[in-house]
Amino acid sequence: MPSLKDVQNKIAGVKKTAQITKAMNMVASARLRGAQDKMEAFRPYTSKFNEAMSNLSGGANTDSFPLMEVRDVKTVELVLVTSDRGLCGSFNANIAKLANKKIEEYEAEGKTVTLVCVGKKGFGSFKKSGKVRTKYTDIMAGFQMFNAREIAQDISQNFINGGCDKVEVIYGHFKSVARQIPVAEDMLPITPVVIEGEAVAKMSGDYIYEPSTEEIMDVMQPLYLNVIIYHAMLEVGASEHAARMTSMDNATKACKDIVKDLTLIYNKARQAAVTGELMDIVGGAEALKG
Amino acid sequence: MAQQIRLEVVTPNGAVVNEDVDIVNAPGYGGDFGVLANHAPFLSTIKIGLLTYEQGKQRQSLMISGGFSEVSNNKITFLVESAEFGKEIDVDRAMKAKERAEKRLSQAAAHDEKFNQTRAEAALQRALARIKASKIA
Repeated sequence: MPSLKDVQNKIAGVKKTAQITKAMNMVASARLRGAQDKMEAFRPYTSKFNEAMSNLSGGANTDSFPLMEVRDVKTVELVLVTSDRGLCGSFNANIAKLANKKIEEYEAEGKTVTLVCVGKKGFGSFKKSGKVRTKYTDIMAGFQMFNAREIAQDISQNFINGGCDKVEVIYGHFKSVARQIPVAEDMLPITPVVIEGEAVAKMSGDYIYEPSTEEIMDVMQPLYLNVIIYHAMLEVGASEHAARMTSMDNATKACKDIVKDLTLIYNKARQAAVTGELMDIVGGAEALKG
Repeated sequence: MAQQIRLEVVTPNGAVVNEDVDIVNAPGYGGDFGVLANHAPFLSTIKIGLLTYEQGKQRQSLMISGGFSEVSNNKITFLVESAEFGKEIDVDRAMKAKERAEKRLSQAAAHDEKFNQTRAEAALQRALARIKASKIA
């Protein structure tokens, strides 16, 4: 039987924990709004970009661009985008799980896998595997386009140099506040973007290109990679906060349950003590009478 | 009233300009170009530099960096990495950035570091474009 003081201390401790998790939940929900705004602001850029890309790459010859070159796949590079900080439930673990699955698949086919880790948590999971080529940690808190550009440049350089023949990005897709799904997307070689329906017909008109289509493509392809990386980072940013919100909410609820249970134990112990004391008093009085 | 063309400037952080204007001047790949209403469909890459547009008698200037622009259906769209209004630019900061970039450029040239050189060049161009944009505003 724990002493009364012990239980009291325990209750106070759990209550403090609940306070912290509650605060983290509120911080996460505020940050989530910011991250969602950022995603929203980026949307027009991507849609315009894809429109122009599809217009350009429709007639493009894939062999003439080093970033579109399709080779025999011997080495696959996985770009793992995770959060820098933990305490967000199984969010990062799920991304790592998908990455592990992919690694197993590719290795079963006899391919080598290298990793680029964006975000500290992903790096933590694969540090010991010896597959990590480069890492970019502590940038998820307030990243900008130039962070994405740096990463994309490094990856495309490696691809052109023959360091890998295929690149995939793995990140946590922000489906809704309650659901974040790890997804894998092809990044390199670049496949021509195709927008269905009306847009294509409208776009393939008589455009004046300055400079030539090929040279424009040379400028746009690296930008396109930036867009992919930046997009993945935005998604992870929003997903991370959403995941933290849910897990902190759960933690707060769990704390409340524990406090309830502990209070019950405390009251029982207190009652037992009171009964015990009463027995003593009654016993003493009886003894005096006799 | 003369005919106008719709100008849109979009960056990864959202749309910066979305207005009907009389004329747009932008730093294209092969030099600056001007676009008036009903221009033929046109697509060009954009260098770091100065984008100016006129609306009535009002003239606005923006510093823009790398991307491309597209003209179609009497609308001109700029997709650039960053865009800042001349009047919002911190001139002192730009001046300092310019000095820093110049110093780095000479250092990189001395040590023959190609990567640093291109980076410093880009930084210098951005700084110069910012200073220019702030002067016009």
